[in-house]
Amino acid sequence: MITAPEAVYLKNVVFGYDLRTPVLRVDELVVATGKRVFLYGPSGSGKTTLLGLITGVLTPQQGSCTVLGKDITKMSAPARDRHRGSEMGYIFQSFNLIPYLTVRQNVALPCHVHKRRRLNMVAHTVDKEVERLVARLGLEVYLDRNVKKLSTGQQQRVAIARAVIGKPSLVIADEPTSSLDADRRADFLELLFEVCDEAQATLVFVSHDRSLMERFEEHIALRDISRGCA
Amino acid sequence: MTVLRLAYESLRSRMFTTGLTIFSIALSVLLLVGVDRIRQGTQVGFEGTLSQTDLVVGARGGSLPLLLYAVFHIGTANNDISYASYHHFANHPAVLWTIPLSMGDSHRGFRVVATDDNFYEHYRYRGNHNLQFAQGSRAEGIFDAVLGSAVANQLHYHLGQQIVLSHGLQASFLKHTADPYTVVGILARTATPVDRGIYITLWGDEAMHLGWENGAPPLTAIPESQIHKSDLHVKTISAFLLRTRSRMSTLFLQREINTYQPEPLTAIIPAFTLEDLWSVLGAADVALSLVSGAVLVVGLLVMLTALYTSLNERRREIAVLRTLGLHARQIFALFILESSLISAVGAAFGLAAAYLVLFAIRIPVENRYGIPLAMVGFSARVAYYMAAVVVAGALLGFIPAIRAYRNALVDGLNAG
Ligand SMILES: Nc1ncnc2c1ncn2[C@@H]1O[C@H](COP(=O)(O)OP(=O)(O)O)[C@@H](O)[C@H]1O
Ligand SMILES: [Mg+2]
Repeated sequence: MITAPEAVYLKNVVFGYDLRTPVLRVDELVVATGKRVFLYGPSGSGKTTLLGLITGVLTPQQGSCTVLGKDITKMSAPARDRHRGSEMGYIFQSFNLIPYLTVRQNVALPCHVHKRRRLNMVAHTVDKEVERLVARLGLEVYLDRNVKKLSTGQQQRVAIARAVIGKPSLVIADEPTSSLDADRRADFLELLFEVCDEAQATLVFVSHDRSLMERFEEHIALRDISRGCA
Repeated sequence: MTVLRLAYESLRSRMFTTGLTIFSIALSVLLLVGVDRIRQGTQVGFEGTLSQTDLVVGARGGSLPLLLYAVFHIGTANNDISYASYHHFANHPAVLWTIPLSMGDSHRGFRVVATDDNFYEHYRYRGNHNLQFAQGSRAEGIFDAVLGSAVANQLHYHLGQQIVLSHGLQASFLKHTADPYTVVGILARTATPVDRGIYITLWGDEAMHLGWENGAPPLTAIPESQIHKSDLHVKTISAFLLRTRSRMSTLFLQREINTYQPEPLTAIIPAFTLEDLWSVLGAADVALSLVSGAVLVVGLLVMLTALYTSLNERRREIAVLRTLGLHARQIFALFILESSLISAVGAAFGLAAAYLVLFAIRIPVENRYGIPLAMVGFSARVAYYMAAVVVAGALLGFIPAIRAYRNALVDGLNAG
């Protein structure tokens, strides 16, 4: 894979859920490859929307989004979906997991959907790789359990495993600690950092809670990059 | 492949609603296919009861009643025909064989049919099957009786058993107490109404009524030992089956019988009369099919409701699948697959249940009502029903699928 100097580069992007009321106007956003970036801003300021643009789930009305060396605004919808699935891992605030699958099935999903993720595995089989990662996150006893039987903290750790399996180049976490107790947040962050390092992935971490901020090497305030429209 | 797996796991996790939906679809398919199979099963069964008979002849009257009582032991003959007329046509140059039938007596609910050797010789069913004896042999003596297999089975009779026949078709109505008959033969199973008959000779029938005055038995029974064939003269029979030497002459012979001067007779071509029966029953069949169709609509709507109401709680699931790189089109496919799987599994269960039910009720229906119900295989109509259910299920799946597809695109990552 070509390693572009910046993992994410947004230029003159305008986006609104309906065409008349733009939610975001980003003149420029740069996330350097291999960095851990903390993106913050108040609730409703458009952080999740920005992540939608970076992952290509949303497409901007104007501007270009270059993610991992590809301008995703010029790609077809299926190509964008493939790009996202094979190159990015995503962690939601909560309810990350497919409720009707086991821990094992949830973590394995990216490898079943994308060959690239399968090829990047450390172990030789998907099962072995899932077991390795789940053990790494201390959840091996829950492997074949239904995810609904896990606590929120455990579910979030499963979400980490699924985000980093098959070494995606970019890991995006949207307020992943908000549903956790304050004393669990540091542990969670520690784990996330470790596995992202192992995967050599760039990490974009979104939060409105600036108490976690000092653990990151780079900080971006949404207010600074976006001429707030919301 | 992943999507199919997801659809399967998703349905499995909602076992209860999925089960109910599958059940309601299976039930409607069971009704649809069951009605159709029973219709075809009875048709095949009725048509298989009598073969190689060109004409059924009885006293002047309706053709359907004649066919029903003469062949299927349903209903009664309103009039007898004279043995002289029978003799006339039995010896007609265009006729290959005839089987005389004289009915009106019974034994514990089973009909007694007086006939002669021609019955064992010429009666054919389901193409070219002829009557076989499981035990014993033909009735030859005046007080000999041959049992159909169902009679022997249900009454646990065996060779040598003495049986007493009753006059009329109601059990225990004017029993011919004095003259017991001896079982000399038991027929092999034919899966036709033949199994439900008791066969005696025409003399036996006359002997039964010897000394009767005005439909009442004699005060003192005439002892069996004093009755001889030479004393008995067969005067009437109820009907007879007839085969022509050449199929071509059937219509001419039918006209000749219908216009026979000495006695008013009716000759029918059994296949044509059965067609009349099916067209009468066709209306009932249509009505039942409509009801089953309505049940199917309800079943499919149950499925639609289940899938549609689950949509809101599945918005987050859809957003997660999107981040994993599934296309919006794959989300669409997921919902279509779910509805298709439900309807296909429901249809399969319904089909299996229909055949199981048919298999289970076949023998009891045959034994209890004397309606021959053949086990029939797949038909174009059944295939059409199955396809219609699966296609309708898949099409209905479009409604939640389109919603899910739109949600996938509109929600972005902010679902749930
Ligand atoms: N799917 C959506 N459709 C329409 N409006 C939305 C949608 N998602 C978010 N918004 C709006 O966009 C704005 C930014 O929301 P969001 O990106 O979720 O902010 P944040 O993640 O910073 O809390 C809000 O005003 C919100 O109401
Ligand atoms: Mg948000």
